[in-house]
This record gives sequence, structure tokens and C-alpha cells, in this order.
Amino acid sequence: MRILEGEGVKKYFGGLAAVAYIDFYIDQGEIVGLIGPNGAGKTTLFNLISGSLVPTSGTIRFRGANVTGLKPHQICKRGIARTFQLVKLFGDMTVLENTLSASLFGMSRGINQSQAKKESLELLEFVSLSTMEKVLAKGLTIANQKRLEVARALATKPELLLLDEVMAGLTPTEVSKATELIRKIRDKGITIFMIEHVMKAIMDISDRIIVLHNGEKIAEGVPEEVAVNRKVIEVYLGT
Amino acid sequence: MDSEGRAIPKRFLSLVQLFLILILFAAAPRYVLPYHIISLTSIFMYITLTVSWAVFSGPTQYMSLASAAFFGIGIYISAILGKVLFLPVVIGLGGFISFLLALLVGLSSLRLKGMYFTIFTFGLSELIRHFVRWWEVNQTGTVGRWVVHVNPKVVYYVMLVIVLMTLAVSYMIKRSKFGLALRSIGQSEEAADHIGINVNAVKIVIFAISTFFMGAAGAIMATRWTYIDPSIAFNPLFSFMPVLMAIFGGIGNIYGQILGAAVLTFLADVLLTKFPYYYMLLYGIIMVIVVLFLPNGIIGLKEKILRLWTADRMRLYANT
Amino acid sequence: MGVTLLLDVVIGGLIMGGLYALIAVGLSLQYGVARVLNVSHGEFIMLGAFATYSLYTLFGINPFLSLVISGPIMFVIGFLIHRALFQRLRSSSPSMVAFEGNSLLAAFGLLFIIQNIVLLFYGPSIKGYTYLSNAVNLFEALFAVNRLVALLFAVVIGVTFYLFLVRTRLGKAIRAAAQDMNTAQLMGVDIHKVLGLCFALGAFMAGLAGSLLSMMFEITPQMGLPYTIIAIIAVVLGGLGNILGSLVGGLILGLIGNVVMYIHPGLSLIAYYIIFLLLLLIRPTGILGK
Repeated sequence: MRILEGEGVKKYFGGLAAVAYIDFYIDQGEIVGLIGPNGAGKTTLFNLISGSLVPTSGTIRFRGANVTGLKPHQICKRGIARTFQLVKLFGDMTVLENTLSASLFGMSRGINQSQAKKESLELLEFVSLSTMEKVLAKGLTIANQKRLEVARALATKPELLLLDEVMAGLTPTEVSKATELIRKIRDKGITIFMIEHVMKAIMDISDRIIVLHNGEKIAEGVPEEVAVNRKVIEVYLGT
Repeated sequence: MDSEGRAIPKRFLSLVQLFLILILFAAAPRYVLPYHIISLTSIFMYITLTVSWAVFSGPTQYMSLASAAFFGIGIYISAILGKVLFLPVVIGLGGFISFLLALLVGLSSLRLKGMYFTIFTFGLSELIRHFVRWWEVNQTGTVGRWVVHVNPKVVYYVMLVIVLMTLAVSYMIKRSKFGLALRSIGQSEEAADHIGINVNAVKIVIFAISTFFMGAAGAIMATRWTYIDPSIAFNPLFSFMPVLMAIFGGIGNIYGQILGAAVLTFLADVLLTKFPYYYMLLYGIIMVIVVLFLPNGIIGLKEKILRLWTADRMRLYANT
Repeated sequence: MGVTLLLDVVIGGLIMGGLYALIAVGLSLQYGVARVLNVSHGEFIMLGAFATYSLYTLFGINPFLSLVISGPIMFVIGFLIHRALFQRLRSSSPSMVAFEGNSLLAAFGLLFIIQNIVLLFYGPSIKGYTYLSNAVNLFEALFAVNRLVALLFAVVIGVTFYLFLVRTRLGKAIRAAAQDMNTAQLMGVDIHKVLGLCFALGAFMAGLAGSLLSMMFEITPQMGLPYTIIAIIAVVLGGLGNILGSLVGGLILGLIGNVVMYIHPGLSLIAYYIIFLLLLLIRPTGILGK
């Protein structure tokens, strides 16, 4: 089933097309990678999906329903969560509080404080942060901050998780741990759409890859196909 | 939030101690000089303003300078309707109109952040002051108004009830999920939006609720001043003092806010009586000193000392 | 007759606008670069006014000459205050938001301090002096000579400053810092020098404006705040961070204010506030902002 689809999505800033025209779809249960050189429009596309930005034209559908132009909190309640390229944690709050607030507000049905706390602690366990429960978010290492952002996103019980360069700034060991975590998340039944520059990691883990350049989709397919696609190679290495 | 980032502040005083303090204040008018009753009433008033201001502006870091507008509206409701309506109704109305005004302010200033929001609220407050003055002079034909006089003891008790309700509401909001939501908004509005918090709704509603008791306080305090005019009712000092008091006491903590309001109000009282010519000057100096040297307020200072002292002791144990 | 009225309003508006432009550019330097919303700006204007007043009434010094004295004194005072107060706040504040809030409060403290010191020395009564107050006839509209000369000085100062901002390296550095502090730093602008310099320049402009104002109006220790408000509005009108924009903002406000004054004298301040609030709601980046 197509859990997410976009038709003719465009985003113009003044005269500049950040996203020129994109059709895309994500099937439930997939891990789809989104790659492309800097400025290709990847984060803009995520912003359009998550509600941070409104498309200039085009439609975005989630589970069949039109979600174009909805506010981020509405989209969150429908089941899409995301992390950010530059981590946006609640720095002066503790690790637990970061997850707790997402747990309390992230779902369309209400939840009481003790249940939310229980779920938050479980999530912290899931991302291996339970020992840091009382630490202030701003005091975490970059790898742990990324883990926390993932935990916070998961606390909203999403069906689709958007990961924006979650591996940026990580050491190779941390990258493989992150890959493991992403697989665990998919095993829980959550579909994943991820932007990444760490090529090896994203080629390894993705079922399918979409390549963007200058706001347009220039290639799409399984990693093996994309890796040998002439246009993709040109765009990354330049001619 | 307190400086250790706890959602649930440590209880300094147990319920029993709080109850005893309550009894103390309730019994005060019998045993204490009328002058002190008036001082206490002022302290309650400033605690109300400070704690109310901090409910929204503390965690979200949106510094509102419109408190004078809400307080002043309450004062004017009292002046205009005090003769025709029962006191409790007037007070409730003062709070309610304040709430409505705050909803309007919140709705219109939705997209403003940081300094823009602050100067907008200040500009609005001043606009209201000038407008009311213009209206009174040109349309109603008066400069100030007389307010129905009420027994100072009654004013004291009403103010006591208001301040207690303010503290209760502030505490409940802080401990509720909305307290967490407000802090999240203050840390990263975009992230807060993405985890399901309806940022605009939370901001507007909590902001409006927080001004209710400002208006109510204004309605009752007007009866003590008996003569009011726009420059008294909408005096910008009522916007600045709560901010200063919260910073002085420690903005993240209800106890800090209470402490800041109580100490600075008491200080102002003392300065006014001892140095009637210099007191504004001294107040300015205090403002500068507080901002420079007490960025985390008295509570912050206390916690810093506590941390240093604990660190010292640990070093001592480590060396033995 | 229509021409006379028009001239009256326009030139009167330009006179006020010229002064507002100086005041606004001063505040713009302080907020745009040093990021201090200096609500005590009006007090520096007042100090300049009182300085000129004292120099004239006590020593008979020509008010226009006193500009040479009051300006530099204000510059030094501004520099010292920035170093002692706002620079320290900057290093001790955990974030830009906190710094702006703290410096706003500190500036209020300054307002109380400066205003009350002057009150203690001079008392609250209105003071004034007359200098070149004879009237001159321009197309049947009457203008006091001192106002016209003040306008001239305001224009000269304004144009000189404009050229400084646009043509000199330091001026360009200042404008760059106001637009984007980080990039400016990356391009070699020495931030520490620039912050204090800009704040001091702001005080300098305020002092000059105050001196000019003292020739045209009566002065009291409490005269400052309305000018501060006007400066803030003019700065927002021109766009926060756009230093040249505040010059335009000041001029526009002066003209509008004069027009409103002809319609209904008591309403000009209210009109300013309404413009201000609408501006913030509709186009907070200002008329010239991006």
C-alpha cells in the first residue's frame, strides 16, 4: 500500500524553485533513501511533507488522505514524525522530558501522564538512552542527541518516520549502531524515508533510493541500479 | 523550569507548612497595624502580577510588556462599573475582560517572535493608555475617575484570595502537560509543532488565562487608590516591575517569583519612605545591578552556592 | 493660501523629520549592531539638550557651537556605558534572546538613573532659552530662523553620516554587521570594536539631536521618552538592521506627525502607535527591510 504519495509537488521561493516538480511514493514498510547533492531540495521536500512549508502547487497524500498544507502538529497526529538536519532538541529540558512531551501530545487520542512516562522510558530503552534519563538534552554528545531526537519522534507513535541526515557527524561505529537502530524501527512496522549523505550506510539499508538534483527527481530504483546510473554519477562527481 | 531542568519543582515547603502560613495571613488583620495590611496587600498584588506574567513569559521566553494593559483594564472596569455592580462581579469582570483583551492581543501577535513580540506588547499597552486618556478627555469630558471605596481589610482578603488562586493556577499549569508544552515552545517552536503541540492555540490560550488574575487584581486595587486616571492605571511600570521581580527572584521557579515580588515590593516601600527624592534613582540602580549580577535570580544564586558547597565537600571526602 | 499651508506642513514635517532621522539612526546603530534596544536613548537626547542649555545660559556659548562639545561628550559616555554594562551582559547572557531581554531591562534601569540624576540637579520645571528665534518669511509661511538652521545642520549631519556609511570601509563594516553579524565577522570585521563604536555613535547622534532640539523647544528632564518611542517606530519602519532605512523612517514619521498635528493635535502620538502596531503586524521587516 502506498503510505505516502506526492503528485506534482512544487515549491518556489520568489523566483527560485527549491522543488521544481516531483512525483514520488513510499510503500508501507519500506526504507526509502533520498539522496542528492547539496541544495537539491531534499530537506525542502521533507519540510513540505511535515508541514513546515506549504507547497506552491501539487498534492501530498498520506494513507490516501490529502495532507497538503496541513500544520505540522496536525500532520504529526496523523502519523508522520521527523528529525531535523540540525538537531532541534529541547536543550534545557531533560532527556526524559523531551520524549515525554512528544508522548503527551503526539497522538490524536489523549494519554495520561503516568502512561506517557512509561512509554517514554520504554523508548529511551529502545534507543539505548535509559541511563541518561535525567541529563539535560544540551549536555549530550552529538550521537546521543540524534538518538534522543529519534526517540522523541517515535514517542508520537508514527507510521512514517522522516530522518534528515541522522548520521551526519557520526563516527563509523556510531553509523553502524544507527543503521541497526533504523532496522529495529522498521521491524516495529514503521516506514522510513531518510535523507542521507553517508553513501555506504544508505545504500546498505534502503530498499529503494530516490535521487534529487536541482529540485527534480533524476533517478529512482533499488540501490544497485541507482549506484550505476549515469546521470547520478555525473551529478555527484561532476563532468 | 528550575535551573536543574526539572518539570516538577522540589517542594520547599510541605503542605502543613503552607497551611500554617495561610492561617497566619488570614489572621493578620486582627493583630497587625493597618499600615502593614496595606503593605501586605501591595505585596500580594505584585506577587499576582509577577507570577501571572511568568506563567506564559517564563517558559516560552516571549517577554510580554503588556501587563499594565491588563491590570489597567481591571482598574477601569472597577472605576466604571463599581457603582452599579457587586464587588465580586466587578472583580470577575475585570479578570474576564482582561482575558478577552489578551485573546485579541495573542491572536493578532501570532507571528511575532522575540523582540518584535515584546515591543508590540509594549506599544499596545501604551496605545491603550494614550487612547483611554484621549477618550476620557475628549469624549467623556474627564481626566480621572473616582472609584467606590472599599474597606482596606476587605481589599486585603480579596487580594489574598486572588494571589492564592493565581499561585494555584500557576502551579497546576506548570505541572500539567501544558507546562511541558510551554517549555517546549520556548526551546524550539518548530520542534514543538512537529511533536503534536498546537503551538498557536497553546500560546494564545495560556497567555489569555494568565492575564485573568491581573485584571482581577486591578479591579480590587482600584478601590484602594480611589482616584485613578490613565497614567496611574496603565503606568508602564506595571509592565516592567513583574519582569524585574521575576528575574530578581529566579524566573523559572514559583518560589523565586514570589520571593522576587515580595522583596522588591518591600524594598520599594522602604525606599519610598526613607528617600522620597531618590527612590526612583535607587530603583534604576537596583534594576541594573539585578540584571548584571543576578541573571538567575536569588534562587539561581542559592543553587549556585549550594552546588559549589556540595562540590567542595565532595572534594574534601575525595581527599580523605 | 493652499501653498502656504502645504509649505508649512511639509517644511515643518521635514524639520521634525530631519531630527527624527538623526534620532532614529542613532537607535538603529545601537539595536542593529549592538543588539541593544536602548530605551534610554531619549535620555541621551535630553542630556544633549541640557548640555547645550547649560553651556548657553551659563557660559554664553553659541548653541550651534556647543554641538562640538555635547556630541563628543555623549560619544564618550555612550562608549563607557556600553563597555561597563552591555558588553558585560553580552558575555554573561546564555543566548541572544536572553541578552536582548536583559539589555532591554538594563536600558530601563539606565532610563531611571539618567532621568532622575538630571531631575535632582535641575528640578522638574520646564526650561528654555531663545536663540535666533526671529521669524523668516518663505512664500508667506513663517519659520523661526533657529528651526531652519537646525534643519540645515540636521541635513548636513545626516548626509555626512550617510556618506560615512556608504563610502567608507568602517561605515560598510557597520552596515554589514547590522545585517548579519556572523558573516561580517567571517569577513574580517572586528566585532568588539564595532559594538562599542556603534553604541557610542548612537549616543553621539542623540546628543546632537538633543542640542538641536533645545533651540526649538522647551526642555525638561522627562522629555526623552516620547523621542525614544518615535525612534523605535522609525527604526521598525525602516527595517530592523537597516541603518539607512531608519533615516527614511524618521523622515516619514516627521511628515506624518506634522500632518496629523494639523488635523487633530492630541492624536499624533496615538497615530504613531497605530502605525507602529500595524507595521509590526503586516510587515515587521519594515518598508525597506527585506
